[in-house]
Amino acid sequence: MTQYLFVILGILAVLSALMVVFTKNPVHSVLYLVLTFFAIAGEYILLNAQFLAIVNIIVYAGAIMVLFLFVIMLLNLNKETEPHKNQWLKFAAVAAGGCLLIVLVGTLKGADAITQSPFNNNTGLIENLGKVLFSQFLLPFEVSSILFLAAMVGAVMLGKKEIK
Amino acid sequence: MSAINVIPIHWYIILSSILFSIGVTGVLFRRNAIIIFMSIELMLNAVNLLLVAFSAYHNDAAGQVFVFFTMAVAAAEIAVGLAILVVMYRNTKSTDIDILNRLKG
Repeated sequence: MTQYLFVILGILAVLSALMVVFTKNPVHSVLYLVLTFFAIAGEYILLNAQFLAIVNIIVYAGAIMVLFLFVIMLLNLNKETEPHKNQWLKFAAVAAGGCLLIVLVGTLKGADAITQSPFNNNTGLIENLGKVLFSQFLLPFEVSSILFLAAMVGAVMLGKKEIK
Repeated sequence: MSAINVIPIHWYIILSSILFSIGVTGVLFRRNAIIIFMSIELMLNAVNLLLVAFSAYHNDAAGQVFVFFTMAVAAAEIAVGLAILVVMYRNTKSTDIDILNRLKG
């Protein structure tokens, strides 16, 4: 049962990821990307990483994709007037991606299987993650808030009209 | 029944590799800067998936905390990136990245 779920979610993720790249309309790309994120969240649930599954849906499918849609609507790009690369560049891009895939899979296939720890139900739950986050990773957590502040200031600075 | 008892880690490695390669292909394939951003998100998510898988198989919560930070950085990156995109559109009336080759100087 679990294997079937993994395979179905994996195929869903890969197909919608392909559609993100190959559809003409940017709005459809965004919607397919949301589908990919939901499939990946399903894979997280299979790994019992429930907190990250929820955060993935909220942050990626909720916040980031809304930002993308907002920019596409704002710039009025939801038509298929995008200029395309010529045939040879497209072919080279697909060939390069395929070669990368072959190299990655070929390298990692020979890797030794990791010694599997006994399964612990609690690893991905909020209680456990919160304890680790606020004890072991407290400094990075605070630094990431500074990063957000900097990103916010930067986005506002870039977004506002130029004062001539 | 949990996934890590019945699914070998290699399946996750292969799935992440496929998603990452699709992301790389997207960056090379398209000229629209928004699609390129989406492909970058796809690559980040492939890496996140692999981190979560290793974290679950090693029974170590640090990997999942790392994914949390990756999401935070991705959100910040997208906010700034889309702001740059809006400025670029305002100046050139297009989101075609090939126009940006005037930055070559």
